[in-house]
Amino acid sequence: MHIIQELLFVIAFGIAVYLFYRKASQIRQNILLGRDVSLNDEPAARWQNVLLLAFGQKKMFRNPLVAVLHFFVYAGFVIINVEILEIILDGILGKHRLFAPLLGGLYPVLIGCFEILAALVMIGCAIFLVRRNIVRVKRLNQHELDGWPRSDANYILITEIVLMLLFLTMNTADQALQLHGHEHYINTGAFWVSGNFVSLFSGLSDSTLVAIERGCWWLHILGILAFLNYLPYSKHLHIILAFPNAYYADLRPKGKMENMPAVQKEVQLMLQPELAANEAPATDIPKFGAKDVPDLTWKNLLDAYSCTECGRCTAACPANITGKKLSPRKIMMDTRDRAEEIGLQIAKNGSFSEDGKTLLRDYISEEELRACTSCNACVQECPVSINPLHIILQLRRHLVMEESSAPQEWNMMFSNIENNMAPWKMSPDDRDKWAVEMNG
Amino acid sequence: MAEYFANGETPEILFWVGCAGSFDQRAQKITKAFATILDKVGIRFAILGKEESCTGDPARRAGNEFIFQMMAQNNIAVLNGYEVKKIVTACPHCFNTLRNEYPELGGHYEVIHHATYLQQLIDEGKIRMQEGGTFKGRKITYHDSCYLGRANNIYEAPRKVLEALDAELVEMKRCRSNGLCCGAGGAQMFKEEEKGSTRINFERGKEAIGTGASVIAANCPFCMTMLTDGVKEQGKEDSVQVLDIAEMIAQQMQ
Repeated sequence: MHIIQELLFVIAFGIAVYLFYRKASQIRQNILLGRDVSLNDEPAARWQNVLLLAFGQKKMFRNPLVAVLHFFVYAGFVIINVEILEIILDGILGKHRLFAPLLGGLYPVLIGCFEILAALVMIGCAIFLVRRNIVRVKRLNQHELDGWPRSDANYILITEIVLMLLFLTMNTADQALQLHGHEHYINTGAFWVSGNFVSLFSGLSDSTLVAIERGCWWLHILGILAFLNYLPYSKHLHIILAFPNAYYADLRPKGKMENMPAVQKEVQLMLQPELAANEAPATDIPKFGAKDVPDLTWKNLLDAYSCTECGRCTAACPANITGKKLSPRKIMMDTRDRAEEIGLQIAKNGSFSEDGKTLLRDYISEEELRACTSCNACVQECPVSINPLHIILQLRRHLVMEESSAPQEWNMMFSNIENNMAPWKMSPDDRDKWAVEMNG
Repeated sequence: MAEYFANGETPEILFWVGCAGSFDQRAQKITKAFATILDKVGIRFAILGKEESCTGDPARRAGNEFIFQMMAQNNIAVLNGYEVKKIVTACPHCFNTLRNEYPELGGHYEVIHHATYLQQLIDEGKIRMQEGGTFKGRKITYHDSCYLGRANNIYEAPRKVLEALDAELVEMKRCRSNGLCCGAGGAQMFKEEEKGSTRINFERGKEAIGTGASVIAANCPFCMTMLTDGVKEQGKEDSVQVLDIAEMIAQQMQ
């Protein structure tokens, strides 16, 4: 009997890890669809970001109440993994509470801590469900979340509550069996949370209790393995990608826009034609800006997969606040959806060919792009170091430089700058008129 | 600048006036106020005058990299030609572009926004305030411009400048890194806003007036335009002034 359980466990575990690995490789491939950028300078500053922003969740604490609840869920997730380790080893080796004899008196303390965290995770998730579905916090109920994204969020919270409930029920049944003196269930002493509920199971027979304990054990670990495989299809992937995304976050001042060396060179040759003689003729025509996912950088795509759709960016966006179509969160969701679409095509046909669709227009409209004030509020707010503005500005570059698509007023501004050296129709000779007035 | 250079002299700073500071009537007052301060303190400064061009910021942010590169490379040629080392500007957009975007195109200068420069002059005791000036005890709220604040992490310098006025600084709920944009950045200044429920500057004007301040302090000529319109929309143009920090210092310095 034992050997079958061990075998089943090893098979389930193997399948789960394999499936996760396969999907994770696909996502990695999708992220690498983006153009290359080098983001490996200043490793010390990058590790500091990983510590502060990812491990420390520094930006979450811009809203302390939510941050504390989120921290419970996060700490619960990370620390309870130690318990998962025991569960996995028990499963493989056919043991029960492998660590108990090793840790002695420390064991119930450790499990007690896990139980308190489990209870805090449940409370946190319950409050999050209330905020989403009853209080209906604005940023958690905007229209870009209609359909799957809203269900996704609720599934995650409910699953986490159920998993914690299974863990606590398992421990309660275990202790009831310990009290009955069942030989397999070694005495660990009372656990801090589940120990208070043992009386609920007082009337049950040993066989029922074993069924409850084993049932919860299996559902808990299978649930976790299933959840692992749900992650790559869900916004919840941020629990993994927040860490690399913090490492690769842009370290330069937020106001700095990415340079375009191809345009720099072209203008240089125009202004100093004498340099052209030494230049090798350009071999390929460069593309300006971004129209579709492969034109973006891999960091933009890592950003998209790291987004957990919390909407802090959108809640801070001046355009969104004043009712414009732009939502930085939607920019990230669209980018991920399009990357997935292209990834699926590659999986099917072996390569990506034009499918008549592009990120620009089929996902993100010109009206959205035109509404951005480049104020960096979205970049500032994002707890996992996502930069929606970089994507917006690359799409704008495509619109203006590849399609000459700009509002009439912008075209006038461009020609004013070109002809009058100022965005308004003013004579360059009047530039120092104020100084003449002052001295006169 | 040409005069200094011809005489083989080097001014302490180059005052980068910017297009708004040069041509916009309201912003010209800021330019004059800042120049007055520099004169009073006795700073030897130069301007490029007719040789100055747009930094290219609005074109770049609208997506037109060609115009940006043309402006930037021309400006860098002029600045390098005069061997300029230190630039002070009263426009956060010019500041950001000169400081962050010109170096990789070959323009390396020490670039300072006038908020920081004024703070330095106050700290050094070069600017001294009159006793019991116009702003003493009055409620002032400060609007963080995006390109000084989030873009370059300068939040304290302009507030320190305002402290010197002995006024009561009241913060808006959305301030510092949470500050709400005035609506002008990203080349929005030069086009109609997209369709929405209200204008960004109306939203910000309402918030600023909500503090009960009689002065809204700004550090950017574009914020100035936007906030002035926002105050008008609330019908408060008679009781609430929008002023640049340089204008406030110029009014109250000895």
